[in-house]
Amino acid sequence: MARPVRFNINPIQADMKSHILVGEAPEGHGGEGFFATSFEKVVGLARKNSIWPLPFATSCCGIEFMATMGAHYDLARFGAERVGFSPRQCDLLMVMGTIAKKMGPVVRQVYLQMAEPRWVMAVGACACSGGIFDSYSVLQGIDQVVPVDVYVPGCPPRPEAIIDGIIKIQALINEEGLRRRHGPEYKALLESYGIQ
Amino acid sequence: MQTLLRENTISMSLTNEKIKERLVEKFGDIVSNFEEPYGMLTFEAPKDHNLKVMQFLFDDPELRFQFLTDLQAVHYPLYPGRELAVVYHLHNLADNVRIRFKVFTDISQPDVYTATKLFSAANWMERETYDFYGVNFVGHPNLKRILNVDEMDYFPMRKEYPLEEQTRIDKDDEMFGRGGTIK
Amino acid sequence: MSVDEHIKLPEGSIEKQTTTLNLGPTHPATHGVFQNILELDGERIVSAEQTVGYIHRAFEKIAERRPLYQITPLTDRLNYCSSPINNMGWHLTCEKLLGVKTPKRVDYLRVIIMELARIADHLICNSIVGVDAGAYTGFLYVMQYRELIYEIWEEVCGSRLTTNIGRIGGFERNFNDTAFRKLEKFLAEYPAVLKEFENLFTRNRIFMERTMGVGAISAERALNYGFTGPNLRAAGVDYDVRVHTPYSSYEDFDFIIPVGSTGDCYDRYLVRNQEMYQSLHIIRQAYKKVQEFKGKEAEVFHADVPEYYLPEKEDVYTKMEALIWHFKIIMGETDIPPGEVYMSVEGGNGELGFYLISDGGRTPYRLHFRRPCFIYYQAYEELTKGGMLSDAIITMSSLNLIAGEMDA
Repeated sequence: MARPVRFNINPIQADMKSHILVGEAPEGHGGEGFFATSFEKVVGLARKNSIWPLPFATSCCGIEFMATMGAHYDLARFGAERVGFSPRQCDLLMVMGTIAKKMGPVVRQVYLQMAEPRWVMAVGACACSGGIFDSYSVLQGIDQVVPVDVYVPGCPPRPEAIIDGIIKIQALINEEGLRRRHGPEYKALLESYGIQ
Repeated sequence: MQTLLRENTISMSLTNEKIKERLVEKFGDIVSNFEEPYGMLTFEAPKDHNLKVMQFLFDDPELRFQFLTDLQAVHYPLYPGRELAVVYHLHNLADNVRIRFKVFTDISQPDVYTATKLFSAANWMERETYDFYGVNFVGHPNLKRILNVDEMDYFPMRKEYPLEEQTRIDKDDEMFGRGGTIK
Repeated sequence: MSVDEHIKLPEGSIEKQTTTLNLGPTHPATHGVFQNILELDGERIVSAEQTVGYIHRAFEKIAERRPLYQITPLTDRLNYCSSPINNMGWHLTCEKLLGVKTPKRVDYLRVIIMELARIADHLICNSIVGVDAGAYTGFLYVMQYRELIYEIWEEVCGSRLTTNIGRIGGFERNFNDTAFRKLEKFLAEYPAVLKEFENLFTRNRIFMERTMGVGAISAERALNYGFTGPNLRAAGVDYDVRVHTPYSSYEDFDFIIPVGSTGDCYDRYLVRNQEMYQSLHIIRQAYKKVQEFKGKEAEVFHADVPEYYLPEKEDVYTKMEALIWHFKIIMGETDIPPGEVYMSVEGGNGELGFYLISDGGRTPYRLHFRRPCFIYYQAYEELTKGGMLSDAIITMSSLNLIAGEMDA
């Protein structure tokens, strides 16, 4: 039988003035024509709003990523407009889709070719943990081969979920110190993956 | 150059009985085990004759089974001497008839003649069958693993091998009803 | 290896060597993961060797472990651009094995869903051919309309891309008014968009020069290679499973099969384009037929097959048989009748076949997917030999290679 529409029956008219979010400026001391703040904050702000992602799309999640890049769920408004396919030029490795054992070394190779600072986002259940494919040929999560920063679950995750993942990456980038990549914890993390 | 199938139909009445009659007439006792599960004629021949049967089905002007739809294998561990079955699905596009042709082979010596000279489509399908079941196609131009990693040393689709990856340590088998103390 | 006619090199002047180029598993041109190792002589391709299996997920082995309705989510992930067709194909296979006859309304609703999926698949393929030729706009413009198709699927099954739509015997719920309103909106708006997309490419001189004569294949070679679907129809053979072995009441619909002549990329583009118009035509007819069911008949959305179709929750709590069926289905205790069946549907890429052998247990004994992508990708070397590198890229995308379907 027909299910009556229950949600969004009286849509709210968009009001431009109330829906503008003004970005917070970092703390610092400013005056006429100058603004002094710590280097870390400015670098974090700049980095997070201009991520160059590398979409490593293997399967169905790749199609949802294409929908995220489309005009409806626009990823470009977060600054991640320029997707590149060369690891040498990209910051964020988005692994979307199932990674089979045959593909594992390729993911690792691509990760190794990226320059610091680099982040990894595992999009989709298959990249997070093997997904519904608990079989002999599927890598049960890409964190077996590369260190992962953000996991986006879903099969496939909705474009809103992928955008939520990007926002979390942005939060991570913002708070990352400049010294993190040279510190002992990070080195230990890479050692545990066998990456020099 | 358009090849419209409707114009190429010679006889609309290529029935399963007709095909069986022609096969028995040509091959006699070699073809056996005629069945019709769900309307598709299924028969069997010894593995040495698979190419002869398929060539006959291809060349005969009335039968014209010139399209190889599918090629795969099935593992029957309970039939000694006939463990691996290679199954060919052939299709006569002009008269719209399909048949299924099976060839059984022993698992200790799974050699079957390759169909690549007749159908180029069989190339990768045979590689896949080799990859999964270990059927050795004699005369294949490039019989290597295709879907699994090249270093794999067993044939995973055979019934004795497990589905899951065996090196996982974070999965609690008992919760999934496998192993553990709950049977 | 051939030297271009206009350039005549003196004997022994240059050591001829071919370059090996790895069009690797991660590459913007390979949509999905498969690898091509090309031998190039300058820009001309001498030979191409393909490696697939980078996303092999062992569907066939997993399927031996799962009851019939649990295999539907696996079939989603075969050709994930048009997953409802895979789902319906699987349900049709199960229904053939179990001997279930679906009511007409279910058939017509299935046709609507399948044709929407076909439009979604061909949209992606044609727009990606445009992207690979350098035209990104078309892709962005039509993704907007794929969102409309996703919304229709979402109304019926809840999911956008990997739909797991339908059940053995019909659908999980009836199509509500919102779904039909969205369908009408799609039918009203989409043809104009498709016309505009066509205007971008069909008589565009650059596109025509890049795709005409590229990756051509003759009908005999295509048949020998096992081509099916739009690639075969572009080569000139009018084989369409919907017409030759009609399923789900396709014989009640009136549509034409577009056929090309040379089998090159331009023909494939045109065949897919025209197929989208034909799919719209079929959807309109199906929608009209669905609207003719009134009253009690309009409530029918599944066949009566209690062993495999979950009963209504009200019945589970009040009737004994429904409770038992519910338990048996959820716990997977229903035995499949023994038999072997082969059923094929017209997927976005061609004949998608399901070969199911059951020995009477709870799960299939053997399930094999006849995947069209896997079978016609073998012909890639023959299609690109002697062509330029940029032609190889266009050929790869116009063949509509979906890695999930190739490796299964």
